Amino acid sequence: MDKKRRDFLKIAGATTLAGLGGPAVVERLVTGTSPAQARAGHGEHPVAHGAKTHTAASGHEDNNAPTGRRLGMVVDLRKLRKQPELMEKIVHACHAEHNVPHFPNKKDEIKWIWRTKFENAFPEHSDYYKDKLTIAGDVLVLCNHCDEPPCVKACPTRATFKNKDGIVAMDYHRCIGCRFCMAACPYGSRSFNWRDPRAGLDMNHINHRFPTRMRGVVEKCNFCAERVGLGKQPKCVEVCGSTKAMIFGDLNDPDSEIRQVLKDNFTIQRKPSAGTHPSVFYIV
Amino acid sequence: MYDGGKIIPGLIIFVLFITFPIWYNRGNAGTVPQPELPKNYKQCVLPDADMRAEHMQLLNRWRDQVLRTGDRSFDVKIGDTMYQKSLMNTCMQCHTSKKKFCDRCHTYASVKPYCWDCHVAPVE
Repeated sequence: MDKKRRDFLKIAGATTLAGLGGPAVVERLVTGTSPAQARAGHGEHPVAHGAKTHTAASGHEDNNAPTGRRLGMVVDLRKLRKQPELMEKIVHACHAEHNVPHFPNKKDEIKWIWRTKFENAFPEHSDYYKDKLTIAGDVLVLCNHCDEPPCVKACPTRATFKNKDGIVAMDYHRCIGCRFCMAACPYGSRSFNWRDPRAGLDMNHINHRFPTRMRGVVEKCNFCAERVGLGKQPKCVEVCGSTKAMIFGDLNDPDSEIRQVLKDNFTIQRKPSAGTHPSVFYIV
Repeated sequence: MYDGGKIIPGLIIFVLFITFPIWYNRGNAGTVPQPELPKNYKQCVLPDADMRAEHMQLLNRWRDQVLRTGDRSFDVKIGDTMYQKSLMNTCMQCHTSKKKFCDRCHTYASVKPYCWDCHVAPVE
């Protein structure tokens, strides 16, 4: 066939143009909008758990109201520091409730809720010339159940995930023990079962309504998901009882008790600069 | 064929030997495991045949509903009572012996479910 060089170049050019511009034209004809507008619409979060707003991203005020629950906690250190025995009771009750093993060796230690020094809990806060109570008293720390949990992003099997109540939960059936989540967590809230946890438990006196874990999985506080799901308060909050040293509730409900407490008190969070938006607040 | 007189009988003996378990146990299913059923309860979550065939899928479904979707409602109907979806808090409340119920079939079928690595069997 006789093809002239000039004709070949014309056909090649037209084909390239059609290939590049065609889809955009078709999309515009089908949706009736420009591609740039169509893309902006997809950026909105269907479910925004957090209390923070996405105004800059979408510009639609109505879609920013948080839907669903976001469970959170306020820990009143003013009350707890005065009662170290209550802190000890809380730790013990939680660990007994969830069959958390006790290993004396620091490396093997498993902890869901524990006491630590102020400067370790709040390393970003200045600790020059601390007051007596801060020097003497410990801080009760647990998993922060972050709104932007880095552990969930790190988990390759989705064994850890944020559930519909905003609890960062663990599915031990799926955990492969890679410990990426432990590296990702800025709070050291996760413990690895280096040893068979049943070796660190008195199997005659365990809670028979809650499982143990197995060797090779990571574990942490579950905000008592199994109790909250049945309408109860977390064990630690229950132990505090009428002292109100710990308050638990829905951060997304403006009428909840926890929101009133947050409104009336100045609170701080652990490592806010990490950008994890913790759901545990501290009154110091 | 050289030495056919030795090879063919040899082959026949070999085949008979390796199929020995098949023809020796012909018509005999062996001892069927007899899991011990709870005495006080007549009904389970599903009819017997379905439970026998599908209890593992049922448990997996319960696990996903409770853990992943957080549905802890008491929506399992046994007789007239509603129970929660739970291995330790529902199944093992009637089937009080893991050794006499679970293990009898599992040992026979040589399956090793990992349930009990974490879940706690009732005290026996």
